[in-house]
Formats: sequence, structure tokens, C-alpha cells
Amino acid sequence: MSQPPTEFSSRISSRHRTSKLFELFCLGAVLLALSVLCVLLISVIYQSWGWIDVDFLTNHHSRKPEDAGIKAALWGSLWLIILTGFFSIPIGVGAALYLEEYSRKNRLTTFIQVNLANLAGVPSIVYGILGLTVFARMFDMFSGEEQTVLTLSLIVTNLSIPLPFGPTLITGAMTLSLLILPVVIISSQESLRSVPPSLRHASLALGATEWQTIRSQVLPAALPGISTGVILSLSRAIGETAPLLMVGAASFITSTPGGIDGLGDIVTNPGSLLEVPFSKYTCMPMQIYNWVKFAKIEFQEYVASAGIVVLLGVLLLMNATAVYIRVRFQNKIQW
Amino acid sequence: MSSAIPPPSQPNDRSLEFRRTWTRTREQLIKFTLLLCALLSILTTVGILYVLLSNAVYSPNKNTTAFFQEVSAWDFLTDTQWTPQYEQDRHFGILPLLIGTLKITGIAAIIGLPIGLAGAVYLSEYAAPRTRNTIKPTLEILAGIPTVVYGYFALIFITPYILRPIFSDLLGFEVKIFNAASAGIVVGIMIIPMVSSLSEDVLRSVPRSLREAGYALGGTRFDVSTKIVVPAALSGIIASFLLAISRAIGETMAVTIAAGLYTSTSLSPFEPSQTMTAYIVNVSSGDTPVGSIEYKSLYAVAFTLFLATLAMNILSQWVLKRFREVYQ
Repeated sequence: MSQPPTEFSSRISSRHRTSKLFELFCLGAVLLALSVLCVLLISVIYQSWGWIDVDFLTNHHSRKPEDAGIKAALWGSLWLIILTGFFSIPIGVGAALYLEEYSRKNRLTTFIQVNLANLAGVPSIVYGILGLTVFARMFDMFSGEEQTVLTLSLIVTNLSIPLPFGPTLITGAMTLSLLILPVVIISSQESLRSVPPSLRHASLALGATEWQTIRSQVLPAALPGISTGVILSLSRAIGETAPLLMVGAASFITSTPGGIDGLGDIVTNPGSLLEVPFSKYTCMPMQIYNWVKFAKIEFQEYVASAGIVVLLGVLLLMNATAVYIRVRFQNKIQW
Repeated sequence: MSSAIPPPSQPNDRSLEFRRTWTRTREQLIKFTLLLCALLSILTTVGILYVLLSNAVYSPNKNTTAFFQEVSAWDFLTDTQWTPQYEQDRHFGILPLLIGTLKITGIAAIIGLPIGLAGAVYLSEYAAPRTRNTIKPTLEILAGIPTVVYGYFALIFITPYILRPIFSDLLGFEVKIFNAASAGIVVGIMIIPMVSSLSEDVLRSVPRSLREAGYALGGTRFDVSTKIVVPAALSGIIASFLLAISRAIGETMAVTIAAGLYTSTSLSPFEPSQTMTAYIVNVSSGDTPVGSIEYKSLYAVAFTLFLATLAMNILSQWVLKRFREVYQ
């Protein structure tokens, strides 16, 4: 032994000390991140205290901070999510089905996969520019003096579609759909992949066609995973501001899309549902941004924070649903 | 009908035949529709490229001109002023916007990357499975908070209660209400969950035998983590860093709210500074006439932004592929 035992033990204890310090450092990093989350939530809730009440949910924006509410934005966000889901769910799940169930590994599918990974990394504001040029202005193809209106006559009512779409809900929803599509596709692919192949083989062996196999076996088995992914993507969409700001969500607006204020309006005037996609709108993050920009301190600090609490509440609800679906169905299916 | 003996159940057969053909056609139709869905993602990429290129680089329409047909690319890259709003003395040098973006991305990286990596090491090497299963989803909440909320947090909390007491009262710097530091800090917080979650996945995929070999040689947890596990997972960690930086470059709302809309080449983190993303928001939410050179500059900036983030993403994929350690 070249080293005396005392020196050896002092070195080993210093090495253990380093190890312990390192653990504390790593734990500290996690705790720091978590405490930031706590501080953020507490400070927002503290600022909004006393500003959130029923009036805040049922009032439109007002110049007086005490009367200002988030109604138009709440309805706008709701419709935006419904429409975005309407566009992105069928297309996203469809694309995932093609890539996982039908396609063979060839150049095209490899290219689609690489492309998806890159699209998921494109900043949301670039999607905003895409939506602005393609949906809101339609490459200025209809840039005459008068606005072009395409009228489709349905049996009960007429549907007027302004061309280009301009700053309407449908523009926002289509832009957001393109934005979340890569995420929807990738997460749906993952849940399809987790369905065991034996299930497909059994179905095919019984003489079912590919589509019958998918519809009655693969999709139901993958549904919990797919819906979790979809809800999480939609909750990302509901918090997006930049692309909607680009495609022209209104700054301050005092009407809900289609003039619908509640379920009663849909029953008494179902035609208003058709106006919804083509009406001007605002949404919660947009409204919050506008309040933050306000010079008045009441808007900047209190009304904005009240809006944030409502937005976070809606997000929490969506995420809780996603977690519930995951837990509820994960335990049920056992291969 | 030339056949001598007609098949006994001809009508039945025919309907069966029809059904078979119909089923086959339907299968093909469904497959084709699903293919179209998948191709939409390629169409989106083509759309983005077309929109950016036709407005920024070369306009296919003879009546309109693209940005770089009016402003030379050389000026765009070398001019040090960005003043599209002055009609007399317009300058289109991307440098100030680039400095703004790099400044905020740099601050975000200094804060987000080490914390994210340390968190990943803790989750993968130290935490018990139960702790990990509670901490990980909680960290993901940070990623789910809308960016406009982070902007508000920077403006209302970070600047007055963190930055000003430390840097203004204690150290004597002048901290403006809109400043790059607060924006950089919140963007750094935003990328923590991304780094820690992606890095933890790669750290955990390092085989157990490697760690056990390290312990058998007398290494402490610190030795094993920093000298064996992290180097073995380095490609994945760097890839996650690059993705996080790409996210920070493209971050828009928090930066627009917290860093202000003032273009400057100052390197001070306590001055307001405009990023590329904030400029795009600024132009599109103002009343800039469509077709003016100022409006077109939006596409040129967006194109630069797109290239920067794309380069980061591709680099990240390349690092992952090229330097991946494969264990049996």
C-alpha cells in the first residue's frame, strides 16, 4: 500500500461530499423550476384577487377596468378550439393512420416523417404568416373593389362565405390546425404503434379488410392515447397568441361569434351557427395581450391577471380531462 | 349467354361479385384519402417556403416585387441600422434584430440549459421512481403555460421584484421597464421542461451495465453521472439543447411583451431590445399598408427566422444521428 489509510479515508469522504453536493445541486435545479411555477401561479392569482367574478365572465371589454370582462374572448376561444379540432383531428389521425397502417417504408414516407419533425420545430409566428397570406388574404387573388362573397344556398338558409376569409374565425382555426397538425400526427402515431400487431393479425385472419381492422380493432384500442394527444395539442392551440395576432384576431370586440351567447341562441336561431366561422372574433390570450399593453395600470396588472386565471383554468380543465382519459382507459386495456 | 349450363345461383354470385369490387374500391378510396391527409404536411412545408420566398426573395408575379428585389441582400446583412419606419432614411440591416434575438436566446440558454440538464440528471440518476412520477408531470405544466402569461410574469414580477432590487438598487445598473434580461429569464424558464424531459429520456436509455461498471470501480454517484452517463448520452443532450435554442429563437409573445419594441444594437441586457419575432408582431399589428416595403420586410425577417430555426433543428437531428452511441 503506497498510501496511508488516513489519507485514503479523507479522500473518499471528500469524494462522497462532492457527490452529495452534486445531488443537492441537481435537486436545487428541480426545486428552482418548481418554485418558479409556484411563484408564477401565486402572483397571478394574488393580482387577480377580487377582480374575477361572474361579471368578469359575462361582460365584454369596457374602458372602465371595473366593468371589463372576457366574454367575447371566452366564446371566441371556445369556437376556435371546436373549429380547430374539427379540422385537425380527422386530418391528423388520418395521416397517422396512413403512415402507421398503410405505408411501406419508402422514400416518400421517410420524407414525410422527416418533414413532420421539422414542421413541429417551425416557430408559431411563421405559421401566422402562412395563415395571413394563404387564408386571410388568399394571395390577394380577390383584391377587387368589392368583397367577393360566395353564396351557397342550403335548403333552409344561405351560407355566405367571404373571399378571402379575412380576419375571421375560420382563418384562425385553419392556421392553428396547421400549427398543431405535426404534433397531433406524431402523438397519434405513437399510440397506434403501441397497439400490438397480434390484434391486427387476428382481425385480418378472420377475413376483415384493412379498413375494417383499423376501424373496429386498431382505432378503438388506440383511442385513449390519441385523444390524450389531441387534447394536449388543442390546449397548446388555445394558448397560442402570435399566429392569431398575425391573422388578425380583433383587439377589442364586443360581440360573440355569430351572436351566440348561450345554448338557447343555438336552439332559437340555428342559422347563426353557420355565421360563426365567418365572424370576427377575439380569443383569451389575445385579449390578455391587449390588456397587458394598456397604459392604465388597472388593466395591465389586475384585469390582465384575471384573464390569465380564466385562461389557466380552462387549460387546467383540458389537461385534467386528458389525464383522466389516460388513467381511466390505461388500466382497462391489458394485452 | 353462351355458356351451356348456367350457374345455379347466378344473381347471388353477381351481387357477391359487386360487393367484392365495391369493398376493394372502398379500401383503395380510404387509403387514398388517408394518403392525402399525410401529404398535407408536405403541402404545408411547400406553402411556408412559397409564401416566404415569393414575398422575400423573388416574386413570380410581374406586378409585385419581393423584398430582396428592392433591398439588396448585402445591405440586409451588413447594414447596422433597422429603420423601416423612417420614410426619408430607411435602413434594412438585420443586425439589430439579430442582436436582440441572440441576446435573449443567450440569456435563456444560460438559465435554461444548465437547470434543465441538472434537473434531468436528478430525475434519471437520483430520484426514486415515485418522486420522478410526480415531478415530471409538474415540470411539464411549465411547458403548458401560454407564452403570453410568461410575458406578463416578466413584466409584472421579474423586472420589478427580481431584477430591479438586485441590479438596480444593489449594483447600480439602470434597469429599464422593458428589458432583454427579463424576457431572457422567462424564455429560459420556458425551455427547462423541454431540456429536462428530452435529456432525461436519453440519460435513462444509457444501459444499466455501464453504471454498474462505474460503481464496481468505486465511483460515487457524482463520478458515474458526470463521467459515464452524461458523456454516453451526450449526443441526445446536445440535440435537446439545440431544440431548446431553436424554441427560444422562435419565441414570440413573452419577448414582445417583456423586451419592448425598441430596436437597438446595445449589448446591455437591461436595455429594451427588439427581436425578429417581436418585429414581425409589431408590423402586423400596426397599420402598415399592404405592399409597402415595410410590410415586405416582415417576410424577409420571417425568412431569416425560419432559416435559423430550421438550421438548429436539422443540426439537432444530425448530431443525434451522427454521434449516437449504440449499445447492445
